[in-house]
Amino acid sequence: MSAAFPGGNDRAQHEAQLRYVLRLADTALVLGQRLSAWIGHAPALEEDLGLANLALDLIGQARLLLAYAGELEGRGRDEDALAFLRDAPEFANLTLAEQPNGDFGHTLVRQWLIDTWQLEIYQGLTTSRDTRLAAIAAKALKETRYHHRFSSGWLARLGDGTEESHARVQGALDELWRFTAELFTPDEIDERMHAAGIAPALPELALGWSARVDQDLAVATLRRPATQPYPWHGKRGVHSEHLGHLLGEMQHLQRTYPGAQW
Amino acid sequence: MSDDWPLFEVFIRSRAGLEHKHVGSVHAADARMAIEHARDVYTRRQEGVSIWVVRSADISASDPEEAEALFEPARDKVYRHPTFYVIPEEVKNL
Repeated sequence: MSAAFPGGNDRAQHEAQLRYVLRLADTALVLGQRLSAWIGHAPALEEDLGLANLALDLIGQARLLLAYAGELEGRGRDEDALAFLRDAPEFANLTLAEQPNGDFGHTLVRQWLIDTWQLEIYQGLTTSRDTRLAAIAAKALKETRYHHRFSSGWLARLGDGTEESHARVQGALDELWRFTAELFTPDEIDERMHAAGIAPALPELALGWSARVDQDLAVATLRRPATQPYPWHGKRGVHSEHLGHLLGEMQHLQRTYPGAQW
Repeated sequence: MSDDWPLFEVFIRSRAGLEHKHVGSVHAADARMAIEHARDVYTRRQEGVSIWVVRSADISASDPEEAEALFEPARDKVYRHPTFYVIPEEVKNL
């Protein structure tokens, strides 16, 4: 196990690594849960399956990452315990991931913003000194490339579609953009992980992200909103009011019938 | 919404080296979306390594009314099957 901790037995290092893995895991889990709410409601049968497939990929990523986090934590919590028995302040997902679905275009804009973020993060993690994380990232990267194909396709279709579809996705983009400051603003955990060779440097990834975003927006004839400096702090456990409601629904069964299985 | 979208026929190649086979159809606004839909609907269980889609409207089909004229004349031409011919004893490894 010591090979997985390039920082040696430094306790703070270990704790930072656990927090870092939880951020990745919770972002995937919360977004997967959000997307699952579309099942049975998407505008077409084919889109229903499409969104469900994205959700399944994300929940699969969350399982791998949460299982790893449980091992790092070493308190006997498995991926289910971490997913279903933690409270909102313990969740470390990006604030963007927990934002409500809104209409189909709104969901797709949120998806696209996180896809473009995950593309950079997972790509950067494939060369991590944490070989477990690198392997998970390599698998997730393949899935994410498809997610981005899916979401950027819809972004272009709706952005460059009718007057109404354009107005709706531009509106969604304007509303969700304020959460993007969090994506690449490093805190001491990100910096510690980067220094240890475990995680890529966020400011460097931001350049690639920004270029891709501009490219996709140009195709979709959408306008990039002005940068808003206010950083949200979902990854530090400070969430918008939406996460509590999401967890209430997601955790209801395990909270009501602890240990229930089927 | 999907009623507004044209229908695409989907062809999947199940393994490298095999031919694409017709597996069904999807509604989609454009060819790119049709491939994504086909991927999501028809390759969830690793059924394929390649997808073709073609607008159903672009397929020209034979008319069932003409089936007799088109296909029955072949019925009495059994000599077109290789099994019609008796292979001489002397010929090996044919």
